[in-house]
Amino acid sequence: MFQVLSKSLIELEVNGEIKSIVVRPADTLLFALREQLGLTGTKDACGNGDCAACTVLVDGWPVKSCLMLAVEAVGHKITTIEGLKDIPIQKAFLDKFALQCGYCTPAFIINSHALVTIHPDANDEVIKEWLQSNLCRCTSYEEIKEAVKWVLGQ
Amino acid sequence: MTAEEMTIIGKSVNRKDAPEKVRGAAKYTTDYIAPDLLHAKLVTSTYAHAKIKSINTNEAQKVPGVQAIVTAEYCPGIVGVILEDQPMLAKDKVRYHGEPIAVVVANSEYEAKKAAELIQVEYEPLPVVNSPGEAIKPNAPLIHENHGDYRRLKHVFPEPGTNISNHVKIRKGDIGKAWAQCDVIVEDSFSIPQSDHAALEPRNSRCEIKPDGRVIIYTSSQSPFIVRKLISRYFNLDEGKVIVNTPLVGGAFGGKAAVHLEFLVYMASYAVGGRMVKLVNTREEDLIGSPCKIGLEAKVKLGSTKDGIIKAAEITYLVDGGAYSNMGVAITKSIATDCTGPYKIENVFCDAICVYTNHPFTTSFRGFGHMEYTFAIERTIDMLARKLKHDPLELRIKNAIAPGDTSPSLVGLTPSNIGNLKECLNQIKKLINWDGGRKVDMGNGKIRTKGISCFWKTPSTPTDAVSGAVITFNPDGSINLNIGPVELGVGSKTVLAQILAERLKWDINKIHVTMEVNTELNPVHWKTVASMTIYMVGRAVLEAAEDLISQLKSIGSIVLRCSPTDLDVADGKVFLKEDPNQHLDVTEVVYGYKYDNGNSIGGQIMGRGTFIMKHLTTLDHDGGKGVPGPGWTLGAQAVEVEFDAKYCTYNILKAVTVLDAGKVLNPKTAEGVVKGGMSMGLSFATREYFDFDIQGKVLNHNLRTYKIMRFGENPQYIVNFIETPQIDAPYGARAFGEHGIIGMPAALGNSLAAASDTDLNKLPLSPETIWKTRKEAAQ
Repeated sequence: MFQVLSKSLIELEVNGEIKSIVVRPADTLLFALREQLGLTGTKDACGNGDCAACTVLVDGWPVKSCLMLAVEAVGHKITTIEGLKDIPIQKAFLDKFALQCGYCTPAFIINSHALVTIHPDANDEVIKEWLQSNLCRCTSYEEIKEAVKWVLGQ
Repeated sequence: MTAEEMTIIGKSVNRKDAPEKVRGAAKYTTDYIAPDLLHAKLVTSTYAHAKIKSINTNEAQKVPGVQAIVTAEYCPGIVGVILEDQPMLAKDKVRYHGEPIAVVVANSEYEAKKAAELIQVEYEPLPVVNSPGEAIKPNAPLIHENHGDYRRLKHVFPEPGTNISNHVKIRKGDIGKAWAQCDVIVEDSFSIPQSDHAALEPRNSRCEIKPDGRVIIYTSSQSPFIVRKLISRYFNLDEGKVIVNTPLVGGAFGGKAAVHLEFLVYMASYAVGGRMVKLVNTREEDLIGSPCKIGLEAKVKLGSTKDGIIKAAEITYLVDGGAYSNMGVAITKSIATDCTGPYKIENVFCDAICVYTNHPFTTSFRGFGHMEYTFAIERTIDMLARKLKHDPLELRIKNAIAPGDTSPSLVGLTPSNIGNLKECLNQIKKLINWDGGRKVDMGNGKIRTKGISCFWKTPSTPTDAVSGAVITFNPDGSINLNIGPVELGVGSKTVLAQILAERLKWDINKIHVTMEVNTELNPVHWKTVASMTIYMVGRAVLEAAEDLISQLKSIGSIVLRCSPTDLDVADGKVFLKEDPNQHLDVTEVVYGYKYDNGNSIGGQIMGRGTFIMKHLTTLDHDGGKGVPGPGWTLGAQAVEVEFDAKYCTYNILKAVTVLDAGKVLNPKTAEGVVKGGMSMGLSFATREYFDFDIQGKVLNHNLRTYKIMRFGENPQYIVNFIETPQIDAPYGARAFGEHGIIGMPAALGNSLAAASDTDLNKLPLSPETIWKTRKEAAQ
């Protein structure tokens, strides 16, 4: 079993690239992504798993990176918002005005992208179940739903 | 220009900040990462009111990586933007749970945190003031013993020897005689709790002091120019040597208008020889340590004739300003000037009083107190309708404010400054299908009801609030629009580019707007608050455009050998009106025009424009007469619920807003902002509040226990605009960034009161509250 007992060099696979970083055992994946790798598209808004602004994909599934240790991510494929380029959900968020301040947007896009990939036939109930983990304080959520439904309809 | 001729105003132009936001490339203040950055951590009060007997930092100093620990003994004076009542760090005593006491600076965040946890603060608890009602009791503990001595602006009126930080009086007409004209009188009390903005980006700042003495601050703020002013004032620095930067802000809603962390991070940087220090609130600190939304206790008495003409309003508003007044005292004035809601009432007697409590301190929040008092007024209007046996919507139409009436502070109203409330009500009647059944028994224990409310708001700005705009060209003929407001998320930078594009008849894609604000480089904008960005900066942009056009015509007239009046400007060209083929491309003149022989004329073309508020006055203290803002934005809102009569649970089915926008400049952003406000209003009305224990401590200071509306809990939203132009506003556009929130709790309250046959006068409207209130009323 992989063990980290003190500050150690680990390798993470992030957005298809292998990155070597030094972490403390207590460092969260969120901390490592932002502070060690400079991938600041992943946001810290509660540090407690309540708002999901720090969502990334781990092997294709959305995970709150504030609730995962960096060392737990070793051996998994991590995708952050910086790894998603010109995918349909990004266009949909633009066209449907599904963002305002933009702080929750990367995580909503990550989560929505996983949703439409894993459940291409998602109905309203499934969409709600997936997206209610993420908080948005600016929009009414209707715009975000519209963006997701537009992608599902493609 | 008619609507048909306008090419870019009224179009849903895509937001200029959106492409980088969807890619995670947008940078916010806290996204600056550097190896030499130091990190600060706060030590905050665990009591709401207590003497500080001692602060022991010995163990904390020993933590590896710790660079400095700052406590109140190193801080200059006390601060405040209107009333100076707040120490930068608590000194001698703490006045609210979460108040900063010390700042630890260390090499890393976790080392700073470790040291902060080792700082021992010894307290001696003091009696707590836990509500506005308690604050004004004769023997209430004094939270500020000497607040009569505090320095203040001349238009706030603290009452020494009490917990009152401001008292605003509105005296319109003759209330004594008015009651005699009333056949029906209703009277009730209301309570609206404190809550928080909970913007997704927690408040954060960083600071460094350069070897030449320049102070560079980066902060998530709505007021970088006020940060510059206050840092300079309280640390005795040249204002020109304080440079404040604000990139994109991750939501603000008024909560980032206050200057707070900036003082602490400056002192932290000073303590480590000017190195750059970063201070980021945890969510817990952000909810209670940084300023929150006011609470309100209201008493409203309305009287009308039997025909439903409202003749008199007597109102007391007690504002829970928390431990320090900050903007609470200004919100109190703003509540007073609009105290009746948008109704024609000839006799008004209103006292709006801001009090200190041992609750988190307060600042502006979307609506600036209007959401809170509107709940009280609009619930009372529904009670009046019930007593009169009138239709609540028709009663509102009958009393709707209109041109020719006066506001509570005696401003004369015109079509330009007030808009058309009756038309909003007529439209909402159709959109909510008012006549199709206001209360319908669904037969399965569920009842469907509709509730309605009206709202209005004028900005309550300083009388000299000012904005500027500078326009320069790039050699390719594209334009740089240089302005000072912060992009908080509402898309105002894009809309301002539209305003410029429309005036210059320019391609919107060839207009680049400064997204970040730097107080050294950008022209001033007072603060990005009060929904005033489009009005104020828009006016400055239009003036700058005129300046630019006149310069283009001036140089064009020389080269094209004609009078400047023969020329027009559009699509990157200066051309003869009668023959557009005779033209100059702007690329030939933006940095001066060069003749074939090398002679050159002109120079760089730059447009400058400015705007300052006109004709505003402070309120006179005895009667409350005065002009608070340049115009009102008003509208009507409705909410339909399905209520379970047994369990008092409910679903919100539909929420509607009809708002007089003057002119809709960008329909999609306008609709989004109003819907966002409605969503926030319903979230607040259904669940948001600070849960204080008997010692004044906040029990729910994280997002697991402080609930916010989530995806899928939202109703269907409908937003409709009518357009009565405000003549002095850019293209007639009224301010409405905040307004979607204002009437939502009231409309929901009216809907649920009808459903439960219970007077619901307290927020939030949880099923438990409804059940308890109904049970108590039945006893």
